[in-house]
Amino acid sequence: MKESSESQFNIHPMDQFIIEPILSGAEVLEWYTFTNQALWMLISLVAISLLFVFGIRKNEVIPGRLQSIAEILYTFVKKMVVDIAGPEGLKYFPYIFTLFIFILFGNILGLLPFSFTVTSHIAVTGILALAVFLFVTILGFVKNGFKFLGLFWISSAPLALRPVLLIIEVISYFVRPVSHSIRLAGNMMAGHAVIKVFAGFAGALGFGAIAPIVAIMAVYGLEMLVVVIQAYVFTILTCVYLNDALHPGH
Amino acid sequence: MEGDIVQMGKFIGAGLACTGMGGAAVGVGHVVGNFLAGALRNPSAAPGQTATMFIGIAFAEALGIFSFLVALLLMYA
Repeated sequence: MKESSESQFNIHPMDQFIIEPILSGAEVLEWYTFTNQALWMLISLVAISLLFVFGIRKNEVIPGRLQSIAEILYTFVKKMVVDIAGPEGLKYFPYIFTLFIFILFGNILGLLPFSFTVTSHIAVTGILALAVFLFVTILGFVKNGFKFLGLFWISSAPLALRPVLLIIEVISYFVRPVSHSIRLAGNMMAGHAVIKVFAGFAGALGFGAIAPIVAIMAVYGLEMLVVVIQAYVFTILTCVYLNDALHPGH
Repeated sequence: MEGDIVQMGKFIGAGLACTGMGGAAVGVGHVVGNFLAGALRNPSAAPGQTATMFIGIAFAEALGIFSFLVALLLMYA
């Protein structure tokens, strides 16, 4: 970028997504630097572990607050898996629960000021979505053999239309990991960038800054809703794909 | 005219990309409107389908977010 274009922008809303090493300069290992993304993944991992270890410890019949949070999360995901993938889906429940809790905590911790949203990078969500896609495809072939390809051959359509539908179905099957990953990453990045842009306006306005501050509060509230909904949607789509793998056929 | 044609291209591109969000808003409103119409006719069947409504909202919203992402990437990256 030329120098003149740098001076026109005082707002840099995308700077919050830069990954940089925490201990800059002190490179202990040549092949691994501890970046701020790794730090926030570690923090979310510690938070999840603390919630579940201390939530289950007391094991009372009438749960206290921490135990009831853990139980509500567990039964929510379990009900989702059973409703969509059927009772056979419960064998894969640990993986789906891990996905839900990791994405939920990663997203929620990104709402704290001065933090880094782990799931706002396509690198992270791409690997999560790719893992889901490979898991579902391999599971489909292992469980159903070549009948899994019946997923693409829609027998309830007229015979002349089936090749066209075959092409459309195959393309939309392979687009699944793309849309799955971009949905989560885009929602997280867009929400946080909007907050930063409004914050830039508030910084530039002086006394009139009350309007952008109210806007930031509104967008922040929407962000909290979007964070939970995006974690829920990622998990429920994983359950839908799992159902496709376990029971192929239209 | 003074200025940087790259900057102008960025601004115009970002503004054009934002028109995609109108379609997304109409799509989300369509999904929720149909859900409400059905739920007011048959209130007892509504809670079972809220999950489907949220999935529909997420699909429709995702495309609006994609277009917003393109606008942001054009402006700032």
